[in-house]
Amino acid sequence: MELILVNLIDGLVTGLLLFMLSAGLTLIFSMMGVLNFAHASFYMLGAYFGYQISLALGFWGALLVAPVIVGIAGAGVERYGLRRVHQYGHVPELIFTFGLALLIEELVQFIWGKNQMPFNGPEVLNFTAFAIAGNSIPAYKIFMIFISISIFMGLLYILTKTRVGMIIQAALSYPRTVEALGHNVPLIFMGVFGVGTALAGVAGVIAGPVLGTFPGMAFVLGSIVFVTIVIGGLGSLWGALVASLLIGWITTFAKSYNVEMEAVLNGIGIATPDDLSENLFRDFWALTSPQIADILPYILMVLILIFRPQGLFGKRQS
Amino acid sequence: MKNITKIGAVSALSLIIGASAAFAENIKIAFIDPLSGPFASTGTNGLHQFEFAADYMVNQNGGVLGGTNFEVIGFDNKISPKESLIQLQVAIDQGVRFIVQGNSSGVANALTEAVDKHNKRNPDSRVLFLNYAAVDPALTNDKCNFWHFRFDANADLKMDAITDSIVANADVSKVYVIGQDYSFGKAVSDAANRFLGEKSDTIEIVGDELHPIGKVKDFTPYSRKIVSSGADAVITGNWGADMLGLGKSIIENGFTGPIYTYYAAGSGITAAFGEGGKGTIRLVGEGKVNPNPSQEVSDYYNAFLAKHPDGNIDQTRISNTIGMLAQAIEAAGTADDVVAVAKALEGMEYETIFGGTVLMRAKDHQAIQDLHIFEHTDEDIAFPYDGSTFGVKVINTIEMAGADSPTTCEMERPS
Repeated sequence: MELILVNLIDGLVTGLLLFMLSAGLTLIFSMMGVLNFAHASFYMLGAYFGYQISLALGFWGALLVAPVIVGIAGAGVERYGLRRVHQYGHVPELIFTFGLALLIEELVQFIWGKNQMPFNGPEVLNFTAFAIAGNSIPAYKIFMIFISISIFMGLLYILTKTRVGMIIQAALSYPRTVEALGHNVPLIFMGVFGVGTALAGVAGVIAGPVLGTFPGMAFVLGSIVFVTIVIGGLGSLWGALVASLLIGWITTFAKSYNVEMEAVLNGIGIATPDDLSENLFRDFWALTSPQIADILPYILMVLILIFRPQGLFGKRQS
Repeated sequence: MKNITKIGAVSALSLIIGASAAFAENIKIAFIDPLSGPFASTGTNGLHQFEFAADYMVNQNGGVLGGTNFEVIGFDNKISPKESLIQLQVAIDQGVRFIVQGNSSGVANALTEAVDKHNKRNPDSRVLFLNYAAVDPALTNDKCNFWHFRFDANADLKMDAITDSIVANADVSKVYVIGQDYSFGKAVSDAANRFLGEKSDTIEIVGDELHPIGKVKDFTPYSRKIVSSGADAVITGNWGADMLGLGKSIIENGFTGPIYTYYAAGSGITAAFGEGGKGTIRLVGEGKVNPNPSQEVSDYYNAFLAKHPDGNIDQTRISNTIGMLAQAIEAAGTADDVVAVAKALEGMEYETIFGGTVLMRAKDHQAIQDLHIFEHTDEDIAFPYDGSTFGVKVINTIEMAGADSPTTCEMERPS
């Protein structure tokens, strides 16, 4: 019972981290119609910049400065890269971001090498916040939850309650009308791209000390972010949040409990074959939930695409 | 007419190559390991240690056979068995007689087979395969051959040392085994189960689990299971990012017992563990540096740091490999007849500067040496890793570990 509570907290942390990445990506996608393959690379840049800056200014300085630099870099990529490629259509844009992802990974290896970086969280948070039945919850995790929720609240407020947010929302669906009303839509695009990548940068700085800062970190997280925004519905902030939490909890619970495929199949009324060793499906019968935990989100995505193609909270029908 | 010209040119060329090989000044050692791609840092670090050992231990002392120097040449195999065989051929064509390799037992298996075949077919250009790190037990058991020598303790010998240390620790009654889901992870799990079963009736294995290799984002759910299983100790064969991620997560989530590992040091891992891993992370390996290194070791290490300020000497067996090869060449009186060199290596007892003796067991060509259990700490560390203040310190030594370990090796010896 206590373990369920612990897993709920762990899943929340994973989910909220995923949300910080997918929030930016989903806004960028709905605005430009382009999947930014390099999004997870900005997350990696956030972690590496964070590490480098933390050497000089400490962790808190890094948390403030690194996302700003990543955001500026992101805005620069939009202004001088994507905007130029945009006129040639979506496929070149896609290829551009794909190339950018490879470039950033090589660049990171070139500057920092291939080793793990000793990026650690602040000393102040280096204690156990509380423990549930011997499972300690580090204070740093509570801090991660706190930061992610404040970012979500902030974004929601800006997008729905302020004038800037209304213009952004309008520009999402009717860019030409908004332009005709005298707003600088390319500037809005650049701003959203910058803020989206800055969010990924924040995620990088706070995840770097926990999940490790190494050249493969973008690759490990990259594909799951796309799954999140497809499940949540493209362009929906709430969708991104719900899908992130869903994925966080599904994978955490699947890994924490050794549910065997045999038990599941027996549960739905399929009897175990007499001689498993000769059976064609013996590997299938022997599966356990931790083994398939990481593909469960992909299965969920396929189901969503079949039964609700616009995603959980998506509006567009295309 | 044209053909005759061609044949003439080819034979002239081969004469030149043959002649240059005969008058070659240096004894060439081919280092076939990854020098690009994801494992480049491991390979490059190994190459630096080999170049340094050859320079410092042999060349600066006047070489072998009255003035012949060692020359280590790097060949990039991109950690692919196929590429390794191509590089092996290139090396042999360049007149190399000694091959060193270590990263990946898959590559080592391919190389040892290829070397065996080559030596059977080309008695005039035979080569020796000096394996400094590939730990698959099969290489000195079923797949052993006369040309292969292993200077590292194999995975079974290391697990033997780890389980000895666990059995001797009265606080440990529950052990959790976790590893990457591939051949090495499975071998570690099998060995842990086998040795713990043999050595103790009271120690219980409360978990035995494999996770996808290189794909886990967050190890928290795994560490929760480890903590809630009530385990007192963890054994893992993880390496690279999987090692760091697993270790950090286990420690952060409240585990305080020892974590026994094969590869939790160097390549940035030691620095990244830092304070958190202190007293928890243990490693098995050979070669004592900390605490209180001898004057010889200090000189050796300082000279290495002068050349590679960011480097680590994390594989002291590399120095043993060079030292034993030099001694064998001296004893054989030749570097060209590798059969004589191999026979000199067989049964050789070598006093290593890192303490103790290394015995090259004749029946399977497995080096028998002192194995240590190291602890990750910043106390008594004369030579830390990764430019941090942390390093590994010997806390327990098993002398001549596994000297009587069985082997299924039945090698054919050239007459």
